[in-house]
Amino acid sequence: MPDNFELNRIAQLYASYERAINQREFEAWVDLFSSEPYYRITARENFEKNLPLSTLVLSSKGMMKDRAYGITQTIFHDPYHQRNITGLPFVSSVEDSASGKGRLVQCEANFSAFRTKLDKLSEVFCVGRYFDEIVEEDGALKFAKRVCVIDSEMIPNAIIYPI
Amino acid sequence: MKQDGLKEAIGWEGGDCANIPLSIYTDREVYERELERLFYNGHWCYLGLEEEIPNPGDFKRTVIGERSVIVVRDKSGAINGFENLCAHRKMKFCRARDGNVGEFVCPYHQWIYDLQGNLRGVPYQRGLRQDGKLSGGMPSDFKREENGLRKLKIATRGGVIFGSFDQDVESFEDYLGEEVLRYFDRIFDGRKLVILGYNKQRIPSNWKLMMENIKDPYHAGLLHTWFVTFGLWRADNKMRLLMDPTKRHAVMAGTRSVQQAQAELVSGVTSFKADMALNDPSQIDIVHEEWWGEYTATMMTLFPSVIIQQQVNSLSTRHIQPSGPNAFDFVWTHFGFEDDDEEMHARRLKQANLFGPSGYVSADDGEVLEFSQEGFSANPSDRMIALMGGRGTEEANVIASENLIRGMYKYWREVMEV
Repeated sequence: MPDNFELNRIAQLYASYERAINQREFEAWVDLFSSEPYYRITARENFEKNLPLSTLVLSSKGMMKDRAYGITQTIFHDPYHQRNITGLPFVSSVEDSASGKGRLVQCEANFSAFRTKLDKLSEVFCVGRYFDEIVEEDGALKFAKRVCVIDSEMIPNAIIYPI
Repeated sequence: MKQDGLKEAIGWEGGDCANIPLSIYTDREVYERELERLFYNGHWCYLGLEEEIPNPGDFKRTVIGERSVIVVRDKSGAINGFENLCAHRKMKFCRARDGNVGEFVCPYHQWIYDLQGNLRGVPYQRGLRQDGKLSGGMPSDFKREENGLRKLKIATRGGVIFGSFDQDVESFEDYLGEEVLRYFDRIFDGRKLVILGYNKQRIPSNWKLMMENIKDPYHAGLLHTWFVTFGLWRADNKMRLLMDPTKRHAVMAGTRSVQQAQAELVSGVTSFKADMALNDPSQIDIVHEEWWGEYTATMMTLFPSVIIQQQVNSLSTRHIQPSGPNAFDFVWTHFGFEDDDEEMHARRLKQANLFGPSGYVSADDGEVLEFSQEGFSANPSDRMIALMGGRGTEEANVIASENLIRGMYKYWREVMEV
């Protein structure tokens, strides 16, 4: 199991992630991923049936940058604030990564995302669970993988920002 | 209000299909009549793909209009459909999304139905013996064979399942018409389908707006940066906009432009980003598939319940599930083919990033539909204009046309009698 120091570092990574998306700092969001990242949003139904479709899948740093550009420059959408709240990490394993470059932490956490549109009441946007793989790169913890599995059966219209 | 009253209230004059009264998107009475005349009578509605229920006993729950229905494969391999509504207390008894069963049992009073929807068991039907005589139970004239589940007429073609509450509905092939059927068969030509997965979103707008969105080539080359910039749907595409003889269904077939956009086509189009280059071009790694023929995209609206999308290598059915006049659920089922190699499988999944609730070209469709409905709700006695390409409902071959929308309303007005 991870020691307290490592748990603190994971918690700090989680907090940095929340901060980046809640503050709409999408470049900072991209930077929280490793050089070979995998980011996926998918419905719980797909996840449980092992169906490969994603609501969004980004499997390279380039794709993540393109998404950040898409959010700010190409997708027309209603302005809104998103407030992601992430629970504590449940660390399921810590092992030496296959690449031999330090350790690989597998953990998961619950999340809830609220949406507030201009002139509207705040609402629950979606809830679900993150499945993460965290590695160390250049002295910092990064997400090698973050899979967001959404419980919510219906997405309230559009998902623009990362979850 | 009587039927004539509704016609009067809407006040849509003559044969006009170009000045659309906004009340048809907000009015409850209009909506109820749509459910009755478009979803529950005279039309085929999308139910799913055969591959979702490949084995005997497999079922899925879905909807026609607002009614819950069950589609199931029985022991003979035949596909049956019926309403998810117990004959006894009219309870929506099936709660699972899908599964495999030998029979259906309503938990309330344990009425049992077989996979054809026939009533097989009624506990204590003949009453209970008390003090040596039978009492209670169903009257002797109660017949199980007259109290099955409400059955659907089922049609399957190329692996796609459609159903209708209307046992007298025309054949599915006649329903689509020869030409639309040809485009349907182009995708569903008998190849075994592979289910890739689902996306589900609730769009707070009238269901017809989604049909209009996919009958509207005009917006696609203006609203969607990825379409315009990468030439996937643009004013210089070769295009064909066709309808069935009734004009309820349509196909927008287009061929992408690989050349740079000419300045006059995109000048002033703010969504066009001349200098935009993807950091990861694999997202639009398009490979021409033999079966496409000349078109790289065919967007099919099969009235009233489904859109069938082929946009380059991405394929999906998009099921419209109305929920009152002001909202609908939009269920996307992405699929590929069994003979796809690994690269094509991966490509279809990656190009799915363009579509669905967070898609580069579809997220903004949901958004504009919501904002349209907001406009309508505040101005139900106003009208919108669908005049691009004139006032007629003939076929067209240019992006600057709204002929398909007018065609749909020509049909809609006939069936709705308003």
